Amino acid sequence: MSDSTYSEAPSASACPACDVTPMARRLAASGALDDLPERGALMLSLPGVHCALCITTVERALEAHPGVNSARVNLTLRRATVEAAPDVTAEALIETVNGVGYEAHELDPSALSATVTDRQGRELLMRLAVAGFAAMNVMLLSVAVWSGAADATRDLFHWISAAIAIPAIAFSGQPFFRNAWAALKHGRLNMDVPITLAILLALGTSLYETAHSGEHAYFDAAISLTFFLLAGRYLDHRTRAIARSAAEELAALEVARADLLTEAGEETVDVSTLAPGDRIRVRAGGRMPVDGVIAEGTSELDRSLLTGETLPVFAEPGRVVSAGEVNLTGPLVVEVTAAGKDSSLHRMADLVAMAETTRNRYTSLADKAAGLYAPGVHILSLVAGLGWYVYTGDARLAINIAAAVLIITCPCALGLAVPAVTTAASGRLFKKGMLIKSGTALERLAEIDTVVFDKTGTLTLGAPELEAAETHAPADLSLAAGLAQASSHPLSKALREAAEQAGIAPALVESLVEVPGYGTEGLWQGRRVRLGRASWVGAEAGVQTSAWLAVDGGEPIAFRFADRMRPGAEEAVAGLRDAGLSVALISGDAAPAVHAFAARLGIEDVMAEALPEEKAARVAALSAEGRHVLMIGDGLNDTAALAAAHASISPATALDAARVASDIVLLGEDIGAVPAAVTTARSAVTRIKENFTIATVYNFIAVPIAIAGWATPLAAALAMSASSITVSLNSLRLK
Amino acid sequence: MEVLVFLIPISLFLGGLGLVAFFWTVKTDQYDDPDGDSHRILSDEFDDHPKE
Repeated sequence: MSDSTYSEAPSASACPACDVTPMARRLAASGALDDLPERGALMLSLPGVHCALCITTVERALEAHPGVNSARVNLTLRRATVEAAPDVTAEALIETVNGVGYEAHELDPSALSATVTDRQGRELLMRLAVAGFAAMNVMLLSVAVWSGAADATRDLFHWISAAIAIPAIAFSGQPFFRNAWAALKHGRLNMDVPITLAILLALGTSLYETAHSGEHAYFDAAISLTFFLLAGRYLDHRTRAIARSAAEELAALEVARADLLTEAGEETVDVSTLAPGDRIRVRAGGRMPVDGVIAEGTSELDRSLLTGETLPVFAEPGRVVSAGEVNLTGPLVVEVTAAGKDSSLHRMADLVAMAETTRNRYTSLADKAAGLYAPGVHILSLVAGLGWYVYTGDARLAINIAAAVLIITCPCALGLAVPAVTTAASGRLFKKGMLIKSGTALERLAEIDTVVFDKTGTLTLGAPELEAAETHAPADLSLAAGLAQASSHPLSKALREAAEQAGIAPALVESLVEVPGYGTEGLWQGRRVRLGRASWVGAEAGVQTSAWLAVDGGEPIAFRFADRMRPGAEEAVAGLRDAGLSVALISGDAAPAVHAFAARLGIEDVMAEALPEEKAARVAALSAEGRHVLMIGDGLNDTAALAAAHASISPATALDAARVASDIVLLGEDIGAVPAAVTTARSAVTRIKENFTIATVYNFIAVPIAIAGWATPLAAALAMSASSITVSLNSLRLK
Repeated sequence: MEVLVFLIPISLFLGGLGLVAFFWTVKTDQYDDPDGDSHRILSDEFDDHPKE
């Protein structure tokens, strides 16, 4: 599609009328699809697409699917939008895409609000284009004036410049005017006030000068100031929009649905429609969508996201469950006690919101600089204007000089340099799999001196691994793997993998059954064999995660499991320590497991069996000592600590509440890039400070010239462009 | 200098054309998928006749 649109672009503008029909057709065919999923449109996330062939393969496969009207892959967002008949389900489409060899997940279109951000971005881009167009034309005319055009020619050029610049600024400058007005209405000063004042004063005096055949007009300065500042705004917007759309995608991946049991049977409904008293079915492997009480079925629950415990908990009717727990083995029927806003997940989110307000008080470098800049510039320009008026009694000259001072102190370093640095840094970190969510995250990350890790799900993958596999007799492992085949429990999977790695074939076990919540049993060489919980096979339960194997009449054999270490965990801890940071581990898991794990990574500062409040309290205590803490965690039990810390990181597998509470989300499985994030953040802050220094030096040279009344429009244009370009180039030196 | 009477309007008109063309590309969603567009040009699947 695009290859034809680009080649047709010139013809479209040369003869708009001839293009109306093909344009409309093209819009109908594709444009509307990219924009917003219409009713009935399905969205799929395709993390694996990366090439031209992928696009065609996926689109062709989807379009061949019965009932599909059209499918379009967006490679930038790694998404596919499918318009299909109402009876086509996302599951069927996912299967189709998997069939041609690509991974696909369903996205909840209601969680993606990309269109709103998109409209703002588009608006800014249009204003930027208009300002750029006007600035180039006015600059051309100005060059003629600077090179000696005089009298009538100069006046004509000034009038043409005015005719271009005034409407262009009236359109492009609106974001600044609106912000400035909003600030003034509340009796405050922000960056946009001096910007607006400089632009309006420059336009006003230039118009007056032009009308009186004056020598100096600042139309070029006013419009290029608007252009540079809009460029900064647009960069800033892009960075935020990318981060927001990636964060929204993570949220949209969790399609909030539940299987409601009604008298008519089972019905898939939206979680938000559930009410206390409803009964829902939670399949093995599913996550509890609500708080409730188990009504039917037995199973095991993985509570690690809530508490950090790795040991699965036995679940039977009557047991209270919280939203966020994962059902491991058998199907459960749960009676809803609290849903939506009342559930424990949401109560935790309120806690986070409270902690966030303290962090929002953090003043960014740009805000600090703006706080000094805005009043300073106003006073300076006022003093210069008054001084000249008292000295010469010439109001026209005094106002001209005041305007020149405002223009020459152009806040380009503030408006352009900070967004340029953060854009470069965010882009770099995004390539390493890190998503910056908060605007001040980089600055806060640069200040940290202590790193606190959570264990389960953060430094580990939350998936068990058989410990000391080589010490088990091959026959035992073979039998255990044979029994494990009947179950999709994480421990069973780990046993099968361990056997496969050791090259041991699973033993043949007959009449295999899984007893949800307990284990699996079967017949092996005529004897009854069981694999499962300690109490079920007649053994003494220990503190470590274990599965027990019992052959009828024999002594039970324990298979102990340790949580699998996340790739890059060792590098992350070593790298952070090399960067001069102290590293601590706080976990909600049992002490022996935590200490053994800490020893593997060489972490000395360890706290085990910590409750969520204790985690937050420990982080708060460290902060009270004057330390700046970086918290890295994934569970609901970490959420309060993540929000209380100076900066926070969570993996993409974390609970939604934890991701919301953190500044940076790790998109990949590897955690090894964390030290690089700290380095990049420090380097970014250095660059921002350098840019401020450069801008200050410019002003120290240029402001006296302006106050002395020697500033010509040429000098103003040179000073402004030179400072803008220097700070932008300096931003690109980011490590 | 009389030539300016032609040159200035012409230059403004040409620049304006560029601006209008840019507006058109933004309005028709041509910057929604820059990565995809750069790859699609390599695809030999043409859509001269879009699906009705």
